[in-house]
Order: sequence, then C-alpha cells, then structure tokens
Amino acid sequence: MSTGTLFDKVWNLHTVGILPSGQTQLFIGLHLIHEVTSPQAFAMLRERGLKVMYPQRTVATVDHIVPTDNQARPFADTLAEEMMQNLEKNCADYGIRFYNIGSGSQGIVHVIAPEQGLTQPGMTIACGDSHTSTHGAFGAISFGIGTSQVRDVLASQTLALGKLKVRRVEVNGTLQPGVYAKDVVLHLIRKLGVKGGVGYAYEYAGTTFEQMTMEERMTVCNMAIEGGARCGYINPDSVTYAYLQGRDFAPLGREWDEAVAWWDSLRSDADATYDDVVSFDAAEIDPTVTWGITPDQGIGVSEAVPAPESFGEGDRAIAQEAYAYMDLAPGTAIKGTPIDVCFIGSCTNGRLSDLQEAAKIAQGRHVANGIKAFVVPGSERVKQQAEAEGLDKIFEAAGFEWREAGCSMCLAMNPDKLQGRQISASSSNRNFKGRQGSASGRTLLMSPAMVAAAAIAGKVTDVREFLPI
Amino acid sequence: MSSSVASEARNSQARNSQIKTSQGTALPLVGNDIDTDRIIPARFLRCVTFDGLGEHVFADDRQQDPSHAFNQPQYQGAKILVVNRNFGCGSSREHAPQAIARWGIDAIIGESFAEIFFGNCLAMGVPCLTAAPETVTALQAIVQANPGREVQVDVENRRVTGGDFAADLTLADGPHQMLTLGTWDACGQLVAQAEAIEQIFGELPYVNWANAA
Repeated sequence: MSTGTLFDKVWNLHTVGILPSGQTQLFIGLHLIHEVTSPQAFAMLRERGLKVMYPQRTVATVDHIVPTDNQARPFADTLAEEMMQNLEKNCADYGIRFYNIGSGSQGIVHVIAPEQGLTQPGMTIACGDSHTSTHGAFGAISFGIGTSQVRDVLASQTLALGKLKVRRVEVNGTLQPGVYAKDVVLHLIRKLGVKGGVGYAYEYAGTTFEQMTMEERMTVCNMAIEGGARCGYINPDSVTYAYLQGRDFAPLGREWDEAVAWWDSLRSDADATYDDVVSFDAAEIDPTVTWGITPDQGIGVSEAVPAPESFGEGDRAIAQEAYAYMDLAPGTAIKGTPIDVCFIGSCTNGRLSDLQEAAKIAQGRHVANGIKAFVVPGSERVKQQAEAEGLDKIFEAAGFEWREAGCSMCLAMNPDKLQGRQISASSSNRNFKGRQGSASGRTLLMSPAMVAAAAIAGKVTDVREFLPI
Repeated sequence: MSSSVASEARNSQARNSQIKTSQGTALPLVGNDIDTDRIIPARFLRCVTFDGLGEHVFADDRQQDPSHAFNQPQYQGAKILVVNRNFGCGSSREHAPQAIARWGIDAIIGESFAEIFFGNCLAMGVPCLTAAPETVTALQAIVQANPGREVQVDVENRRVTGGDFAADLTLADGPHQMLTLGTWDACGQLVAQAEAIEQIFGELPYVNWANAA
C-alpha cells in the first residue's frame, strides 16, 4: 500500500467515511458535466425526489455533440438538439453554472476547466468522461465516472469507491526536437500496455515531466486512461502555480499564498512508498504513431508494423485483428502510409500550444492534393487566442479548415466523421475500430505537429524533416 | 439476483435488491481489449434516456460480422456473458453496460475488466467477476460446445458452475458486499451521510476561498 504520495494525502483529506461495504465515501471537490452522460443522471434525481447538494461545485458545458461548422440553433440533428435542450433545462432547474455555445467560455470540458482555473491542485475531480484524468496534470485526483455515479455526485457530492494503488512512472531526460508530450504518453502506453494501469493511479514523475508546460502535462495525464489507469497525476510545482495565478477561479491575495503553501504540502514525500515504480529514458522516445486498433499498438515513425511473433500470447489475436482492420501487413513501414483525413484537436491536443506547434509545420506549406485537413480549437477561448496570433490565417493559407470549438472527430458524435474506409492522421486519443464515425474507418494517432506534417505530405511522415535545423 | 427482473427496469424498481446468484445460459464473447466504442458506438449516445440501447449492443461489430456471438441464435436469451481481458476499456459511457444489461445480460465473467466499466456495472447491480485466463477459456469452450447449458454464477460464494464444470471466481470484498447486501446502488447511503459530508466541505480549504467556483 502506498503511503506519503499526493494520491494518499488527497484521498485521505476527502474521505467522508467508510461505508458498510468497506468502500470509501469520497468527497468530490469539483464535478464537471456535459450533455452526453448527464441527462439520465438528472432523470434519476427527479425520479427519486433528490436535490443537487452543492450546485456551485458542479460546472457544465457542451462539447461532444456540437457541430464545428454551423452552430445555429436548433441543430440540424434533432437528437443533438434534444440533448442540448435537456442540459440547458437541467442546469437552469438546479442552478448549475453552464458555459453554453457563444458564452466565450464553452469548449471541451477538459480544456475549459483548466483554462478558467477551476482545476486546482489537491482537488478531487470527477466527470462522466474517461478523459477526466487530464486534470491530474495539476496534482488533482481526477477520474472518469459513469452516469449512475454522476447521479451520486449530484445528490451527495460523494462517490463510493475502492482506493487505487499508485505506480510511479518516471521519465528522465530531455526530449529530442520533434518529440512532444503526445509521443511520451504514446510511448508509455506502448511499453506498459492498455491494461497495465488497471487498478492503479499513475504518478508521472521525473525531469521530463518537470520540464513540461501545463498544457504538455495535460496531454500526458489525458491519456492515462488509455493505459488503463483511471487516474494520472503530476505533483504541483512552480509551473503549475504560474499557470494558475490570475485565472478566473484561482484564489486571490492572502488566500493565494495560503493555497500555494497547502498545495506544496500535498506533494508526494521524498520517502513516499509506491506500489510499483517504472522508469524510462526520454532520449529513447521517437515521434510515435499507432498502427493498430488499441492505443498500445504504437511504433516509432521510422519503425515497421511489428510481426505477430513480437507480441506476447495475450496480444497476438488483437494484433491479427488490427492487421486485417487497418489493412497494414506486418513489416510495412508506417512512414509513407497514405492518409485521407487530418484532424487536429480534441481534449488531448486541442490547446493553444498544440495549435502553435502544428502551425509552425503548416506555415508556408500546403496540404497535399485530395487530403481533407481541419483544425478544431478545444475551446472558444483557445479559438480566440489562436486567432489573435493569426494561427487561423496560417492554417487557412495552408489549406486547413478552421472550425469552432468542440470534440469533433475524436469520437464523431457530431457531423465530423470519417467516411467508409478512410484513414485519418489524428491528434486525438483513441484508434478503436469505428471510433471516428465510420464503422470501417481507420485512425492513426500522433502529435499535432505530426498530423500537420502528414497533411502536407499526404502520408505519414517524420515531423523532424519539417523542423528548422 | 432474480433473473426474472426485467432488465429494462434496472436502476429503478430493483435498486435495493441483494444480488447473490445469477443463472441462465451463457454467451461467450472471445477477444481481449474490447472497448466501449465497440459495445455501443457513439452515434447511439445521442439520447437522453437509456431506453432501447439493448438492441444496438455491438451494432457495428454485429453488422460487419454475421457470426458475432451476439448474432448467434443459440445465445439469444443468455444471462451470463463470458469475456476475456480488459473488457470495457475506453470511454466511461454507462451506455455500454446499459446496452449489455438491456439486451438481457445479468452477470459478466471475464479475465479482467477496465476500471470504469467495472464501476458502472457495480452501480447498476451487474456483477463482474474475474477468473484466471485458462478458466475463462475453458468456460467459453464449454458454452460453445453446449450452448443450452445452464450456468450458475454464485456471487455470494464467488463461484461458477455449469454441468460438471465448476471454478472459483474473484470479486473484491467491497463490491462483493455492495452486491450481496443490496447496497450496490450507493446513492441512498451516500446521501444519508449529509452531516459528515458537510463537515468535510467545511474543512477543505479550496471550496471556501472567496474566489471559489
């Protein structure tokens, strides 16, 4: 059992009590909701005559279903419109703060909460969305839940949970040019597997993470869940505090100073014990691309699709399934794989620095013939900041479409979808079969800069060839 | 659990029921890392109720593969789903276990389950029990060879039997207690601790800062 970690300290501070089952009743400091996983939770509350216990601790936005081109209401998709109206009514009825389209603050839930300073160190954060692990970048204990649990948080601000073990995932050293936070997390998932993290919270530690910006740390923690870890986090430090200070909901004045002292006290102790420790060298990480149908089926951009014999027995069948689905035979170099669609955005990589890195590659170049390429800012604020820097003009001049904020083609619950067997280069987080809206569509995950390079080349390419020497 | 409980009624009438056993025919679904996008593709999440999700379970996989286990006539009416490693990985969508339960499944046996999927099933009163890979594979083979065979999942004693097959299952004590005591729907128990919750609220610094949300 781990002791002295940030996870232990935050868990203990939020423990309301132990339930008769032995599960912990854990207080949830910040509850985020969106249109997909909350309607049934509110219906259950009404059915049981329950109230929302602390409406001020729940914040709502709309992201999955929003069209990223024409956002006029009512939406053309009547089901999406119904979900939208349902969320608007629920937030109004229960007094929940709601960042609607056009508010200037709407966006993907895991983009807007950090950018407004809602996400802070030492919090417990839950949301009916598996990528809630993102907020762990601030030293919060944050995880995805299902709809029945959304109901529980609304009604009681608590959840019944079993405690996770803690694995310290160390990466030390400096990343090569052209290697981004996305490559780090894809590499970790490749090495630890998609189920390696089941039962664990991942504490990402080491100089590589210490050198990362908050947006880079969010990219890493965002994909903890793709490695099976429901929760991933990084201890808060001066980078965290510099990011937070001055944001909408950050503490002010004397309370800011108290907050920093409290946050410092929550960092994992130097002599903390962990249930497991693994270590990696940053210098060994190359720009990484997935070739298959699970996020651990990834390889360096200069590698070939691995042979079946290279997998353990438990991974061979899904590798065979992936070769057939992706139409990529073992031994095929991933570099040079022709693509159809390029998507830059999502809660993994839809923040300002992601768009800046992609724009550096796009600037002065043009998307290859026949490629559909589009950029979807993660929030209305990201869009506005990017436009203030002229990124939209760079992308449009290069042949990319510039869209409104939303989840877009990460999961295709909106009009942005692959068609038929199309293959995408995508800065999102899941390459599951059918994930991007076509039952036979194919996804190659990579960093936003790699997606931009792929758009220009019309095929998977090494972004390092596009960087200034 | 009484398998006579209509699946569509789950989450309402049955919420305090003690789930001690489940029995019926089984459905073997072979494959590791089956994600929730496959269990219920995202387009079916455009809804404000869970009603009707059962008919869309594995919609794309079933359409692409007529031999998919959920399409097979001999498995219609099955109550026990038998899966392999890391079942239910990916998205937190409760729509996935809701679709499985509304199709008619009452209990799931697998090599391992993704964390959030397991929690969703628990909150719905659907027991997910694990067993060693060779046990699961053996059970899948038996069901494939004898599709009509009745299988009993004894949640209370963490055991599965079917004809001459019997094996121990694993279920952590917390979830085991919640299922067998009938507190798997934790909402009432959680709400009842209002005073203790208010105390924690009072003690946590960040909820009380002047600029807090």
